[in-house]
Amino acid sequence: MAELVTITTLPPATRFVVRGGEAAIPLIGRAFGVALPRDACRAASVPPRAALWLGPDEWLLLAPDGDGERIASEIGAALTGAPASVVDISDRQVALSVGGPRAATVVNAFNPLDLHPEAFPVGMCTRTVFAKAEIVLWRTAADGFRIEVWRSFAPYVEGLLREAAEEYA
Amino acid sequence: MLIVPCPHCGDRPEIEFRYAGPAHIERAQRPAELSDEDWASYLYLRDNPKGLHFERWRHIHGCGRFFNAARDTVSDRFVASYKAGQKRPEIPR
Repeated sequence: MAELVTITTLPPATRFVVRGGEAAIPLIGRAFGVALPRDACRAASVPPRAALWLGPDEWLLLAPDGDGERIASEIGAALTGAPASVVDISDRQVALSVGGPRAATVVNAFNPLDLHPEAFPVGMCTRTVFAKAEIVLWRTAADGFRIEVWRSFAPYVEGLLREAAEEYA
Repeated sequence: MLIVPCPHCGDRPEIEFRYAGPAHIERAQRPAELSDEDWASYLYLRDNPKGLHFERWRHIHGCGRFFNAARDTVSDRFVASYKAGQKRPEIPR
């Protein structure tokens, strides 16, 4: 029988948090290769890169490990006079993947959001809470989530996920 | 759990939010010209209404933005929420 829940730590990635005004938003999207989504709580993805909406002027950019310097210089060159902040947070957080038919139930063990596919469809992402830790939750597939969590909270979040998943082991 | 309507993200659980005091309290343009009583009143004196209350909230574990909301302090029901900087909406009684 296939596993009902799988929890894995994802490999290191390049991460940026960008904030900027109306002038900077299209410039950042063009330089990064993924247009920054303007709809609340939505992610845009052009594999292997993705841009996640965090706030009305705030996005999380994800890219493969090692692309950081190139992305920073490309965005920097594109921002001709448009004020913006582009901060490399690659090492600040780690990513966990929760997959399988019971993934939403396991995430919901410590997260209060409605994760029904109609309320939280594929491509939706948001900053939220997981027990006492803050996470960024992104539904990458009907039964798959990516959790971005600060490095020091990662063992706590992963431990609670595994505890909740014991029900379906 | 209390559901708080964020004007950016929609209805979200209360534990993602922080309360940030009453809304629409204006700082004087020239505080130095205020009397001590008026300045103390601006700093410390707040209404404590029974019923409709306009207040600031921050969706700290969400979009991170401050916004304003109208809440009934008796029923704890949110009747409106709107982005920071927008005018206080008319709430029919």
